[in-house]
Amino acid sequence: MESDLIAVRDLRVAFASDAGLAKVLDGVSCSIRPGEIRGLVGESGCGKTTLARAILGILPPNSARIQGGQVLFGGRDLLTVPEAALAREVRGREIAYIPQDPSTAFNPVFTIGTQIADLMHWKSPLLRDPSFRGNARARREADLARVVEWLRLVQLPNPEALLRKYPHEVSGGQRQRLMIAMALLPEPKLVIADEPTTALDVTVQAQILKLLKGLARDRNVAVLFTTHDLGAAYEICDRITVMYAGQEVEEAPVAEFFNRPSHPYTRKLLDSLPSAETGLRGIPGEIPRLIDPPPGCRFNPRCERATEICQQRPPAELAGPGHSVRCHHRLTEFAA
Amino acid sequence: MSAPILEVENLRKYFPVRNLWKRRVGWLRALDDVSFAVQPGEILGIVGESGCGKSTLGKTLMGIHTATQGRILFQDQDIAPLKPHQSRKFRQHLQYCYQDPGASLDPRWTIRASLHEPLIVHTELGEAEREARVREILAAVGLPETHLDLYPHEISGGQQRRVGLARILTLKPSVVILDEPTSGLDVSVQATILKLFLSLQQQFGLTYLFVSHDLSVVRLICDRVAVMYLGRIVEIGETAQVFATPRHPYTQSLLAAIPKIGGARVTDTFSLEGEPPSPTNLPSGCRFRTRCPKAQPLCAEQDPALRADWPKQQAACHFAE
Repeated sequence: MESDLIAVRDLRVAFASDAGLAKVLDGVSCSIRPGEIRGLVGESGCGKTTLARAILGILPPNSARIQGGQVLFGGRDLLTVPEAALAREVRGREIAYIPQDPSTAFNPVFTIGTQIADLMHWKSPLLRDPSFRGNARARREADLARVVEWLRLVQLPNPEALLRKYPHEVSGGQRQRLMIAMALLPEPKLVIADEPTTALDVTVQAQILKLLKGLARDRNVAVLFTTHDLGAAYEICDRITVMYAGQEVEEAPVAEFFNRPSHPYTRKLLDSLPSAETGLRGIPGEIPRLIDPPPGCRFNPRCERATEICQQRPPAELAGPGHSVRCHHRLTEFAA
Repeated sequence: MSAPILEVENLRKYFPVRNLWKRRVGWLRALDDVSFAVQPGEILGIVGESGCGKSTLGKTLMGIHTATQGRILFQDQDIAPLKPHQSRKFRQHLQYCYQDPGASLDPRWTIRASLHEPLIVHTELGEAEREARVREILAAVGLPETHLDLYPHEISGGQQRRVGLARILTLKPSVVILDEPTSGLDVSVQATILKLFLSLQQQFGLTYLFVSHDLSVVRLICDRVAVMYLGRIVEIGETAQVFATPRHPYTQSLLAAIPKIGGARVTDTFSLEGEPPSPTNLPSGCRFRTRCPKAQPLCAEQDPALRADWPKQQAACHFAE
């Protein structure tokens, strides 16, 4: 589609291990429109972080093998763009990244100000502004003013003093606010937030989600929000994609998704959230080994609705823009 | 109500804060006058955010930290001031379960060796009796006896967790302190582990202290819950009561921050600003007053004590209703 900001088409990524090739992404397709907040939900090992890293081009080069597919962004396939151009033009500038653990993302021996200055040296949007060409000092001053303004926007108290502090001197919530500010300072079109609130307490999580949602809306920045927490996804996402064992299994707008979850795995995932109504319900079995995944539908060994066809033939891939489900026996019927 | 199995009175744990020259420049008050009682067979949840002192509480009860002041009554004995060798016979009935009990297995020992070790240290049992006990516990946590001769790397992470639990149970403890037992687990696995905790509690008549920051899990499995903020218990009561009608403003904010699928979005309604102040430099009076929507001048002057103004529920706030 023309209006998509980024389109991942049939992406296949495998990791080499001693036991063989593990197909961590097996034909994943996913597109995000400008300004959309997209939730990518799944359990450990489902491939959500690999997808995020593949888009950024930061897969571990020694073990990851990209076996096929495209990542279309701004009219090019990012998988074919040379690393130097990717680093110069795309990563951190057009597509920014918010890591899961803000405490390990900073360098402990430099002040926060030094690290933000380094970011601005390479990625400042003012580098593209012709009026600052040849006048680096004026640009640095303008950058500093923008940084201070952004630290206020992410509600950090006393920004000037904060820039002189070291990362260990601020709290986890403040570090994550800094990360959000640093991701948004280069004015990206897409932010990839990889479990940004998992390491945070629930009250801080509420504050950070509120902040991220507000800033993304105000600036029309698209967000790819990976999480294993369906509650957090409900809070901020416009659309939700669920992944299981390297494949997307369900995708829908947020209201539709929670009203009519249609893949048996989604249903079970929702039911396993602890609540007074459902009590304690897990999902029996374990996620399949990705080296030799089960034939047919990958969820069939754990699925109550599985029949013969589920073991023989994989269900059709997600179709698209509405509510789509990869299952032979989906739970609800709906207009495609 | 029967006699409490574990009682804590005015427990304090202060850590000294030292400057470069090792001179003490202040105290970090991790626990400040914490008092509560645990009934036999109950699950008491201890909730709060990072740095509120909930892990310090568990570790002080276990004797990993020595208490600065206060009493810990266990089996009619104050175990807080005892030396490690004196308290050993009490502490075998009080066990501590780390976040991932599987990670504390020695990779070079077989499961059998790991399970025998606590019995060798703490009891006089002969080898045959120990083996019988080990097999009984292993069956209780749902593992086959063939696993006894395996090494930790040969079994899955979930099974390692079960072995870690078995190791804690071999000494037949009466109280087990579970420190964040579900953090880092996927929701689909979490339910299985929680069910295991509940069935073991039934089978061995255990009492749990369930330290967690996950309020939705605490709500499901705890009989009573204590909410901590900066080294203090600010609210304690029956779980259903506390979750239905939280009295302390902090508890109210904490509950309001949990995302509720299908309900109003927390990102639209949540109002608590800021983060907890540093425990080395506490505000005067009530510790929550710097962030509290109800704060009044009185809160800066007087530190509120726990008030038992409601049935089965106590809160430490001047203005709680």
